[in-house]
Amino acid sequence: MPKKNTIIISDPTLRDGNHAARHQLTLDQIKNYCEHADAAGIPIVEVGHGNGIGASSLLVGKCRESDVDMLKIAREHLKKSKLGIHSIPGFSTIEKNLKQAIDLGVDVFRIASHCSEADVTQNHISFLRSKNKTTYGVLMMSHMISAEELAKQAAKMESYGAETIIIMDSAGTYLPHDVTERISALTSTLKIPVGFHGHNNLGMAVANSIAALEAGATMLDGTARGFGAGAGNTQLEVLVAVLHKMGYETGIDFYKMLDASDMAASEMIQTIPSIDSISIISGLSGVFSGFKKHVERVSKEYNVDPRDLFFALGKRGVVAGQEDLIIETAIQLLQKKGGGGFAIQSPHLANLINLEGSFC
Amino acid sequence: MSEKKLKVAILGTGNIGTDLLMKVLQSPNLECAVFIGRNLQSQGILKARDLGINISNRGINEIIDNPDCCDLVFDATSASSHRTHWEILKTLGKIVIDMTPSNIGQMFVPAINDLSILNQEHININMISCGGQVSIPIAHAITQTHSNTKYIEVVSSIASLSAGPGTRANIDEYIHTTEKGLALFSGCGNTKTILNLNPASPCIHMQTTIFAEVDKPDIEALSKKIEVLIKKIQAYVPGYKLVVPPVFENNRIVVTVMVSGKGDFLPEYAGNLDIINCAAVAAAEEIAKKIDTLRDPVEYRLNYNE
Repeated sequence: MPKKNTIIISDPTLRDGNHAARHQLTLDQIKNYCEHADAAGIPIVEVGHGNGIGASSLLVGKCRESDVDMLKIAREHLKKSKLGIHSIPGFSTIEKNLKQAIDLGVDVFRIASHCSEADVTQNHISFLRSKNKTTYGVLMMSHMISAEELAKQAAKMESYGAETIIIMDSAGTYLPHDVTERISALTSTLKIPVGFHGHNNLGMAVANSIAALEAGATMLDGTARGFGAGAGNTQLEVLVAVLHKMGYETGIDFYKMLDASDMAASEMIQTIPSIDSISIISGLSGVFSGFKKHVERVSKEYNVDPRDLFFALGKRGVVAGQEDLIIETAIQLLQKKGGGGFAIQSPHLANLINLEGSFC
Repeated sequence: MSEKKLKVAILGTGNIGTDLLMKVLQSPNLECAVFIGRNLQSQGILKARDLGINISNRGINEIIDNPDCCDLVFDATSASSHRTHWEILKTLGKIVIDMTPSNIGQMFVPAINDLSILNQEHININMISCGGQVSIPIAHAITQTHSNTKYIEVVSSIASLSAGPGTRANIDEYIHTTEKGLALFSGCGNTKTILNLNPASPCIHMQTTIFAEVDKPDIEALSKKIEVLIKKIQAYVPGYKLVVPPVFENNRIVVTVMVSGKGDFLPEYAGNLDIINCAAVAAAEEIAKKIDTLRDPVEYRLNYNE
């Protein structure tokens, strides 16, 4: 157990950051950042495709490097820091992905599901625990259910053997009081530690992280320069600075961590995440931040306003992994404007299409 | 029509078994001889009793003791139970349609397969998975029109409420089986399957997107193929419809379909459960049409070699 004023930092720069790089981070970049993070004493370094192990796909984007190559090179260059992965049942399976990750020497397994679907993680968490692997449960898009329901889902993961539960503000839509309410619900229900993973769409990532720890969270996620999906994650440098200023211990060498972030900024991050207009809309719409690049591309191609597209997706209640609905939703918007023919590359099929009744 | 209906037994009285019963009752070619569970108080059994169906709570023993009760058995229990059931049903010469993810039998998609499967000595028809039934015909159309298909990927989203504990515990098996089926029928060795559960209220209808990487996309040829195919599928799955016709976007072929259920026993949004049952009943009906003049399916099969 960590000391009362110790916060464990988990750094998904090389995982969530891959969203911002369209999953094109190179092995050299991974190696370089791992060396720097290791030197800085960052406790956990997450590596992989933005959506986790086994997620390289036409749906969310193919990864430049294979899971095996990324994990191998990270493993070689992380001596003190633990190597972590994100894994979503539905994308990954025990047979195809988790066994491989174990063989490659992954230390920390973060098994994730949409916030209301914790039971899909049962087999994966129990399997990893039976292999004595450090296993956390992750509830993504945690704003989509109430604090009470979230605590129930977290308790399920705890019952499967998860050793820490992290809730993600995947859409970057929380305000501090939302975080306080949810983390408090978890800390009062669970016996295991609780963590928070922020996104910065509304400029609240650091403030939300502090709200989380004040409500009892002991693990916080942050990335170099906020490198991550959409408007970016909680910025690691700022988070650690604030934590140290508040008197919390992180075990991180502050200067060396700044060096790691500076290196990332000059050699890995093409565009430093910023809160642009679309990111604000994305946060307000409550849609997964990883949708941003897809929404921007599709809205250009189909000539719809990306802001309308985000709000329409939010209204449909899409979850991470439903990026395929972006095209359909763009076509629906066009049809509403009376321009449906534009979207259909083969007019041949227009009469067969029924865009109504997407919901029961 | 005075044609004899094929006598079927349904093993398993859960959601799938009960919905199958409703579909069998509507079939002109099938007759439910017995609806078999373990608990006479289960919701499915009570419903069947109200409908005047012959019910049993004796599991597979019902068929062991009355081997002449049926020619075909739908097994809607579990993969592990099916492994035991199959050993017994095989020796009894029953045609079996397996609704579980046991992966024992020959994979079958009504819109694609012929019934050459009937030539085999033991007939075990594997209905693959819901996502497989939805996507395999489209994947097949893609490889039929693109000999250079390098990769096929299938993403399905289903309503959380349509995924019971069995589905949730078997997501890995669902993925592996669907990938195997996609590869088998499309001929493309490189396939991937992704499943999402969406808790939105009201419930989303099942929706599946098929992506493919090809060298030279021929959207027109694919669209024509899919137009024919959709009608073929709609003949046995009325709620199957195209929501995004073939497009080439971001170097991918993209096709999205939606499946609404018939609402026989399960809610309309549960298209995922409906399609696998519709496909199973379609398979049974095809078999019924071929063997309804013969009393002994085994004897028939020996003659069915034209």
